[in-house]
Amino acid sequence: MPSHARSWLAIAAVVAFGLVLALVLQERYHHRVLTLVFLWAAMGLAWNIISGYAGQISFGHQVFFGIGAYVTVLLVVKLALTPWIGMGIAVAVAVLAALLIGLPTFRLAGIYFGLATLAYPLIFRIVMDWLGYQEVAIPMMRERPAWFMQFSEPRSFDLLALGVLAATLVLSRAIETSRLGYRLRAVKENEQAAEAMGVDAFRAKMAAYVLSAAPAAVVGAVYIHAILFIVTPDAVFGLLVISQTLVVSLVGGIGTLWGPLIGAAIMVPVSEVLDSTVGDRLPGIQGVVYGAALMLIMLGAPEGLYWRVRQAVRARAERRAAPARAVTLPPMDTTPASAPTSTVLLEVRDVWKAFIGLQALSEVSFDVREREILGVIGPNGAGKTTLFNVLNGFLLPDRGTIRFRGETVTGLRPSGLCRRGLGRTFQVVRTFPRLSVLENVMVGAFVGARAVGRARAIAGDALSRVGLGDRADAFPGGLTTLELRLMELARCLATAPRLVLLDEPLAGLSTDGVDVMIAMIRRVRAGGVTVVIIEHTMQALLRLADRLLVLDQGRRLAEGAPAEVTRNPVVVEAYLGKRWLARMGTPAC
Amino acid sequence: MVVAELAQYVATGLLVGGVYALMSIGLALIFGVMRVVNFAQGDFMMLGMYLTYFYALAGVDPLLGALLTIPPFFVLGWIVHRGLLARVTGGGDPQRQMDAQLILTPTPRGIRTAYATQAFTVGPILLNEARSYAFAMALVLAAALWLFLTRTDAGRALRAAADDPEAASYQGIDVRAMHGLAFGAGIALVAAAGGLLATYYPIEPSVAVNFIVLMFVAVVLGGLGSIPGAFVGGLVIGLVQSLTLLALPFQLQNTGVFIVFLLVLYLRPQGLFGRRARTV
Repeated sequence: MPSHARSWLAIAAVVAFGLVLALVLQERYHHRVLTLVFLWAAMGLAWNIISGYAGQISFGHQVFFGIGAYVTVLLVVKLALTPWIGMGIAVAVAVLAALLIGLPTFRLAGIYFGLATLAYPLIFRIVMDWLGYQEVAIPMMRERPAWFMQFSEPRSFDLLALGVLAATLVLSRAIETSRLGYRLRAVKENEQAAEAMGVDAFRAKMAAYVLSAAPAAVVGAVYIHAILFIVTPDAVFGLLVISQTLVVSLVGGIGTLWGPLIGAAIMVPVSEVLDSTVGDRLPGIQGVVYGAALMLIMLGAPEGLYWRVRQAVRARAERRAAPARAVTLPPMDTTPASAPTSTVLLEVRDVWKAFIGLQALSEVSFDVREREILGVIGPNGAGKTTLFNVLNGFLLPDRGTIRFRGETVTGLRPSGLCRRGLGRTFQVVRTFPRLSVLENVMVGAFVGARAVGRARAIAGDALSRVGLGDRADAFPGGLTTLELRLMELARCLATAPRLVLLDEPLAGLSTDGVDVMIAMIRRVRAGGVTVVIIEHTMQALLRLADRLLVLDQGRRLAEGAPAEVTRNPVVVEAYLGKRWLARMGTPAC
Repeated sequence: MVVAELAQYVATGLLVGGVYALMSIGLALIFGVMRVVNFAQGDFMMLGMYLTYFYALAGVDPLLGALLTIPPFFVLGWIVHRGLLARVTGGGDPQRQMDAQLILTPTPRGIRTAYATQAFTVGPILLNEARSYAFAMALVLAAALWLFLTRTDAGRALRAAADDPEAASYQGIDVRAMHGLAFGAGIALVAAAGGLLATYYPIEPSVAVNFIVLMFVAVVLGGLGSIPGAFVGGLVIGLVQSLTLLALPFQLQNTGVFIVFLLVLYLRPQGLFGRRARTV
């Protein structure tokens, strides 16, 4: 990631270059193309905030473009209100619309969200037709043209559009480098892991949606005054608006502010040039050529031009990178804390959970005491992971209550539980693959830190505590299983939890790896954090746990000190079958 | 009197819905197998309408013509898949899926404009008769697809590739070939639906936009990727469109459809026939 100063300089350079072009160009037609490049780049950037950063692909973003256009023009027509103020009102309306649309629509995930967004502009299109606004022309205001955004000098529109582009670039950059930006990327990469790390995914998406609606409305308003002069439902709510937005964004690359800029700088002039050359001689052929050019680019650089170039540059740099090495734990820095206290930290009472036709948990009750290591064991399908999912809020129990630190937390979202001090890791490690190791951990650190610098410090500290300090800049794809598990633990610790739920942290580790992980978990407890750990193999848990909770077919089978539990005939039967009962007396391993 | 009027609206809705159902199962087939939302489906339908028109000019009855669009469009779909889509699909990566969709979106744009100035209707058949024949034909084609999917080895392989591409490939199923088959069949079905539609609907290049949206709605109503779902979804849309006329002016006909669409999405996002997988 380029340093802060460099990115701001690059934005300044782009704006300066745009300014020079606006001043140097002479022909009216060239100015028009320049204005279009600026406006489509800004529209692509607006779409990129919700669809690129947050990963919520919106096929209906022209709804805000259209609102911007209609509100501004109708205010001029009905109230003779200047578009300079009208634009502000249009933005307010667009933001309100984003809230009203987002509130129900973000209940849908992935492609369902995208498809639902398709409907909104189509509804607006029909309603505008019906209201009799099939064609609204901007009335000429001869007295005060500048006050009504009716410039005769095309350069003025260049500058206006450039201003919109510059503001959208600054907004995008601010989002990229803020807490919200990191959270959005986390939600995009793995929504559930983000939730478990304290990110309220719904709120993050809503914030991104509102922030992307506002610039889209401004672009719509300016587009009408600079290019169209007449607003029709088809022109502003139609599919052409969204397809042009998608074209500039996908050609350039999404998830970065440079993508839509590059895409617009290439595709808009190409389409205009085609229109005025081959399109003149063979009407319609420009569409075919444009489509073919688009396909060639997408086949050659499916991830977008920006990412393609960046990948090539990085591949060269990586050839010089250092090879992987073994994990060694740093020396202990905390004095071991005392043994478990008798304070109850987590209280689970009579929890039931059924899936269709399967009773996953029945009547489960137990306590977790402060600073203990409680092992949860049971055969496959015993309900261990379901129990964790209920405890950290991924699943709502059908019945029963969960109290954490004296507060009833049943029904809270995972992010809310995480902020209250309940962290978790996953059976299959859930990373944010396109975030570096440090950034992965930073997502957790944002629970306690607002500022990016502070989060980076917390994350760096958490990484060195698990011995991954020198892997901070690596990406999860290049990590060993042990390193991944340690990274997930560090991410969890960065949320400053009071209790951590570890779901099979030893799975897939070598013998050495198991030793490292067990030492690590002991250290976590020594640091004052309570641990609940699911494990398949009893042997490892016997070395680690203060107490064991045995689940079988969703029921609590036994609970108590490890030595006691392993001698319990019921447990031996559940684990090993009746025949082993005959050999009682030896601990079952 | 009121009952008779209502029955008329329901009948009209169902007749229209039958053709919507046929075009929607093409889209559902492609999504179900390839996990790609084919935004160009409406354009292929429009091309199917034109081909039927050209057949009609040559003296072929439009209903037969609609059937005859199937072979060329199957080949066209297969070529488009092999030449373009296979290079960007296959992974679960959403960016790549987006690319495939972007390629699909503008494909027929230029071809569309080549006919931009013409608009006409096909068929000397009376309106209602035309709709009835089209409806019957749509049912036959949908049933044929259903038999293919459930009773033949190729159909079973196709469904296996849709359910779990990786597991299917371990069973010796060529998933790429299945994608080609699904895309070809999906395009052929929508082209045939276009041909049937052409017997009573004006053909113009811009029809694509109106119908692609209805197809999406039908597919989502039924449950993404579910073929019986898409069929029922198509019928429901025809009905809703028709019944909306009882309450709202003609221009607002499609608002009823969108309201039903949004309601279903909020209340039952997996659609009427979809199953929701629970993975935590």
